[in-house]
Amino acid sequence: MQEVRGSSPLSSTTLFSIFFADACLRVAVLILNLSLGPHACKLAPPMETSQRDEQFYRSMVRMRAVETELLALSSAGQLRGSLHLAQGQEALPAGAGAALRKDDYVTATYRGHGYVLAKGGPLLPIIAEILGKAAGLGGGKGGKMHLFDLEYGILGTNGIVGAAVGTAAGAAWAAQLQKTDRVALTVCGDGALNQGHVSECMNMAVLYQLPLIILCENNLYSEMTPLSRSHGDVNLAGRAAGFGLNTAQIDGNDPEAVYQVMSEAVNRARTGGGPTFIEAATYRTIGHYQADSGIGYRTAEEVEAWRAKSPLDHWAAKLGKRAPAIAAEEQAAVRAVFEEAWALPGPDPLAAGTQVFA
Amino acid sequence: MPTQELSYRDALRMALVEEIDRDQNVFVMGEDIGRYQGTFRVTEGLFQKYNVEQNDWRIIDTPIVEPGFTGIAIGAAMTGLRPVVEMMTMSFSILALDQIINHAAKIHYMTGGQSTVPMVIRGPGGAAKQLSAQHSHSLEGWYAHCPGLKVVAPATPQDAYSMFKQAVRDDNPVIFTENPGLYTIKGEVTTGPDVLQPFGKAQVLREGKDLSLVAYSRMVHVCLEVADRLAEEGISAEVVDVRSLLPLDTETIYQSVRKTNRAIVVYEDWKSGGFGAEIASRISEDCFDDLDAPVGRVGGLNVPMPYSRVLELECIPNADDVMAAVRKLG
Repeated sequence: MQEVRGSSPLSSTTLFSIFFADACLRVAVLILNLSLGPHACKLAPPMETSQRDEQFYRSMVRMRAVETELLALSSAGQLRGSLHLAQGQEALPAGAGAALRKDDYVTATYRGHGYVLAKGGPLLPIIAEILGKAAGLGGGKGGKMHLFDLEYGILGTNGIVGAAVGTAAGAAWAAQLQKTDRVALTVCGDGALNQGHVSECMNMAVLYQLPLIILCENNLYSEMTPLSRSHGDVNLAGRAAGFGLNTAQIDGNDPEAVYQVMSEAVNRARTGGGPTFIEAATYRTIGHYQADSGIGYRTAEEVEAWRAKSPLDHWAAKLGKRAPAIAAEEQAAVRAVFEEAWALPGPDPLAAGTQVFA
Repeated sequence: MPTQELSYRDALRMALVEEIDRDQNVFVMGEDIGRYQGTFRVTEGLFQKYNVEQNDWRIIDTPIVEPGFTGIAIGAAMTGLRPVVEMMTMSFSILALDQIINHAAKIHYMTGGQSTVPMVIRGPGGAAKQLSAQHSHSLEGWYAHCPGLKVVAPATPQDAYSMFKQAVRDDNPVIFTENPGLYTIKGEVTTGPDVLQPFGKAQVLREGKDLSLVAYSRMVHVCLEVADRLAEEGISAEVVDVRSLLPLDTETIYQSVRKTNRAIVVYEDWKSGGFGAEIASRISEDCFDDLDAPVGRVGGLNVPMPYSRVLELECIPNADDVMAAVRKLG
């Protein structure tokens, strides 16, 4: 492994790059296939826009349906522990998930179940884990904040703000050392940018030119505290640029924009172009967790204004009369999984004492 | 199998080289371990050997950022590598506690066994000479408190060699602590590809019948000195080297206590709440009927490590302190 000083030029996503990213990707695939053979660099096959529209909508509807079920269970007192929902932010996992391969790595926040869903693994073990069942991903030991699915590259959602960035940087490191073309995506919030660990990892990602993408969901609040009261400088991409990462600022409520800029970053990482930081503007239209109404530190007007920008509603409008049937299909599928998962047995109490060591 | 006299430091380095050569997934990272060859010289010559001569980048100099490189090591361990992380001193691992305890130690459990975290965190732990308050911690007791970590503290060159090889091959995160006072001690070391010391096995380094001295790391050598002094008085002390704190081999300790009916636990860490307290408590709980006296404890003074050599020596248990504890047993 060579230590390379990062000197990557800054790039911000412009309309130009949005329109031409797909074309660039295709050219890159062509060139790589010609020069290295068909298996040397496997980029995700580009999808047609119409296919993507449906995929994004399905992904977002599925995520919302899962959250609706969880909220109902939590409100009824049937699901305990902290529940961090992401209503209003569904475009991010939908767009990012579509830009990754199954063997790419992902780490995310405690609000990161959407990315686990979007990575493509089966739904039942995910829901079973959230419900604390033996058949869950972690046998009921991880729970809502600690979802891992190694087969699909999910190296954990995480209960510690900013801590998952290191895990993803390590996976990116391994991908580089093992000479694979895998990349690692880590998802963090705006609040995480104040954690020293995130700065540490940005520095090392540039120093070692890691195939890492940091997707920062800037939803304007670090838990319940607004950016203006927690960040000396609210230009988050600017911080990353200061470390020498490639950066982009995008509308995080537009799954197509997320997909495009992610594809660009993934391609860059796969081909040795180093790490990228993406600041995505979005908003959580629900409380930070189940005990937070989401109002008080935010005005009802502000929440309503962002609700009007709901990616789900926009994509429903975009799909027109096809949308209701797709939504109904996804909701029914999620409902069925919840019913199946709910009926599953809990763990054997004695399992609490197992698996401490490998 | 070949045997040679090696220092503790050289035994560690030999084990490290053999494991790097054996497994292409093993790599080493830490502060100033490469071009500078390590502040305690455990990685001496390795940057030249691998990175320069073989263009095999196994020895990675990191920025001074303990949480950052520990996090990277964890992610790498989860995805197929076997990192060996050097802490310039174990005292600095305090900065990385979130990564070590919230992540490395818990991931196998939280994933329901899906993921292992095979990594070694090693470095000098305990007082050297006048490194003062922030560089002299004995943290093995903190780590041994945490389920999911393995914690070892070898006292001899042989164990430095064979327990290090074991640590690299273990599928769990291993805290491998080396008291800086041990690096220059020498001993006969049996070497070979499969000379491994499984964890969770204490050893009796000196047999005796009147009293058990239970210790790990450098305090084992203090206890051996005490045993010599007691022998001159006709008192036969047995010295048990715990060497692995987690997992802990209580059975070897208990067998000794059942034979001698007296025990003193000696440890360099702060006496209050240190790992020696755990050992003493276990003996009291499980061997109560075998004891002719309360279990004694000799630990470090409960103060931040002072700088002046006179003050520093006052804080670290020595043979006189252990002799005094023996007298107190009656």
